[in-house]
Amino acid sequence: MTTESKVVLEARDLTRVYRRGSEEIRAVDGVSLAIRRGEFVSFMGPSGSGKTTLVNLLGCLDNPSAGELDLAGRGIFGGGKKLDERALTRVRREVFGYIFQNFYLIPTLTVRENVALPLAFYRKPGVEAEVERLLAMLGMEHRMDHLPVQISGGEMQRVAIARALVNRPEILLADEPTGNLDTKRAGEIGDILQDLNRNTGLTIVMVSHNPDLARLGGRLVEMRDGKAHEI
Amino acid sequence: MITPFQVACKNLLRKKVRTLLTLVGIMLSTWVLVSLFGFNRGYEKALNRDIENMGYQLMVMAKGCPYEAATMMLQGGTGLRYMEQSMVNDIMEEAEVDKITPILMQAFFDPNKGESGGIAGYFGVDPDSYPAMKPFFRFRSGGWFRDNSAAEVVMGYEAAELEQREVGDMTLVPEKNVQLKVVGILERTGTQDDGTIFVPLKTLQRIAEIDKITTIGIKVKKDADITKLENKLYQLKDVQVVSFSQVKQTIMKLISTARVMVLSIAIVAILIAMAGVVNTVLMSVLERMPEIGILKTMGAMPGDIFRLVWTETLILCGIGGVAGIGFALLFARGTDLLVRRILPYAPSGGLVVIDGGLALLTLGSIVAAGLLSGLYPAWKAGRVRPLESIRRDG
Repeated sequence: MTTESKVVLEARDLTRVYRRGSEEIRAVDGVSLAIRRGEFVSFMGPSGSGKTTLVNLLGCLDNPSAGELDLAGRGIFGGGKKLDERALTRVRREVFGYIFQNFYLIPTLTVRENVALPLAFYRKPGVEAEVERLLAMLGMEHRMDHLPVQISGGEMQRVAIARALVNRPEILLADEPTGNLDTKRAGEIGDILQDLNRNTGLTIVMVSHNPDLARLGGRLVEMRDGKAHEI
Repeated sequence: MITPFQVACKNLLRKKVRTLLTLVGIMLSTWVLVSLFGFNRGYEKALNRDIENMGYQLMVMAKGCPYEAATMMLQGGTGLRYMEQSMVNDIMEEAEVDKITPILMQAFFDPNKGESGGIAGYFGVDPDSYPAMKPFFRFRSGGWFRDNSAAEVVMGYEAAELEQREVGDMTLVPEKNVQLKVVGILERTGTQDDGTIFVPLKTLQRIAEIDKITTIGIKVKKDADITKLENKLYQLKDVQVVSFSQVKQTIMKLISTARVMVLSIAIVAILIAMAGVVNTVLMSVLERMPEIGILKTMGAMPGDIFRLVWTETLILCGIGGVAGIGFALLFARGTDLLVRRILPYAPSGGLVVIDGGLALLTLGSIVAAGLLSGLYPAWKAGRVRPLESIRRDG
C-alpha cells in the first residue's frame, strides 16, 4: 500500500447517540478517520466502547446522529441527511460485504446456494463464476453440495466470507468474525482475511475482541467511550 | 444460480409439519369451495336435464298437494288421485297443444323386494303417443309393445339390471300375480326412466282394475304461449297444472336453504385457511428475522423481501388449491352421494359438475385469498432493518 492510495471511506466527526429514557448515551462520539483502499483496519476495545456501533455506521447499516461519511469521495451521510432503508441498501450492495459472529447461513440451502444467494437479489456484471472460484479459493470446493449442518463452524464462516465477497465488494466489514470459533479455526479465518487483503487488495474493516486476530490488520484502532484512538 | 422462487420453496421445507398442516387446511377449503361451486352449477343443470328428458313441458293431474305433484312428475309417487281419460280429448283441442299422452302410475307392494319388501312402480303409457314424447329413448334390445293391451313390459336399464331380465323373460306384477313378457330394455338415459317399468296403458288399467288415468303429459307447440295454455287448463274442473318451470322453482326453493348452509361452511373454511396461512407465514418471518436482515445486507430491497415472502404464500396456496381441486375431482362421486342423502330431492345425473373453467376460478379465488393473507407477513418482513434484526439475535 502506498501513501497515495485512494481514500475509500472517510468519517468526519461521526456521532451516534442513543437515548434510554432521559439518559443520553454517546456510543460513537465524534470519530474522524480515513481508510484507504487495500487497508486492513482492526477495531479493538472493551464491550460497550462503541466499536461495533462505529463499524455499523461505516458500513451504512445505521444512520449517524451527526457527522459526515464519504465513500470513495461520494457523500453518504452529512448535513443531518438520513437515508431510508432503500437508499442504505443501494449503498451497501454496491460497496460492502459483511460477515458476522453468527454465520447466518440458510439451513435448507447448500453451501453453493448460500454463496450464490446475494446474486438472486442483486448481481454486478461479470460475477457469475464467482461462486465456484471463491469456494475453491477458500478450500470449500469439496463441500459445495453440503448443507450447513454438515460442515464445521470454521467452514461455515468460510462460506459466509465467500457469500460476502460474491458481488465483489470494495470493503469487507467483519464484526467479530471468529467469536463463535475455537482458537485453531479462529486462526484459520484470520489467515484467510489476511491473505484476501494481501493478495487481492481487498479493504477490510474488522471488529474483534481477539488481540491476536486484531494485530493481523496493518492498522489498529482502539475504541474507548465512543472515541477512536490509533495505536 | 439460485432464484428467489427456489429460496421460497426451500424456506417452506424448513418446518415440514407446519407447512403440511397449512397445505391440508388450504386443500380442504378448496375442496369444499370447488364442490360447492360445482354443485351450484351441476344441480341446476341436472334438474333442467331431468325436466327436458320428460319430453313434455306441462303435466295435468288431479288436484292435490303441489309438492307431491312435483315429485310425481319426476319420480312417481304414492297416494295417487285419478281423473277421467276423456280429458285427454278435451285438452287436445287446445291450439297450443302439439302432442299429448295419458299416463297411469301404479305402485304395488312387492314382498320380495329388499329385506322387508318394497314398492314396485309401473308406468302405464300409450304406445301410440308416449314414444313420440321420448324420441331420445334407445333400446338396448327389443322395442315398444305390439299394442295398447298387450301383456308386455318395457324396462328401463336399471330396472332390468335389478331384476336381471332380458327380452323374452316373463316378469310378475306383485299383488296381482299377473305375468307380463319383457319385449324391450332401454339403454341408460341417466334419468328416472332408467328405474321405470313401462306397461301398455290398457294393460295396466286392466291389472289395476281402474279405467282412469293419473297424469296427462303435454308437449306445447313451438313458440306457443305456455302461460296462456296453463291458464286455460286451470279452468278444467278438479285438475292442477304443473309446468317444468314451476317444478324447477319449487325444487330450487327447497334446496336453497341447504345451499346457503353449505356456502356459509365454505366461507368459514376459507377464513380458517386464511388464518392458517397468516399464522404459518408470520411465524416463519418472525423466526427468520436475522436471516432477513442478512438478506438486506446482501442487497435485497424491501420489495425483494416482500416478494419472497409473498411467493411462499403463493406456493402454499397454489399447491393447496391444486390438491384440493384434485381431491374434489377424485371424490366427486362420493360428494355426489353425500349431497343426495342430504337433499330432499336430487335429480339424476351428476350433481357436482367440476370443469376446467370452474377449477381455474376456484384456484384463482384461493390464490387471491392466500395472497391477501400473505400481505401483512410480507409487509412486516419487508420492513425489517438489518441492524435491528442482527442485534436482536446477538
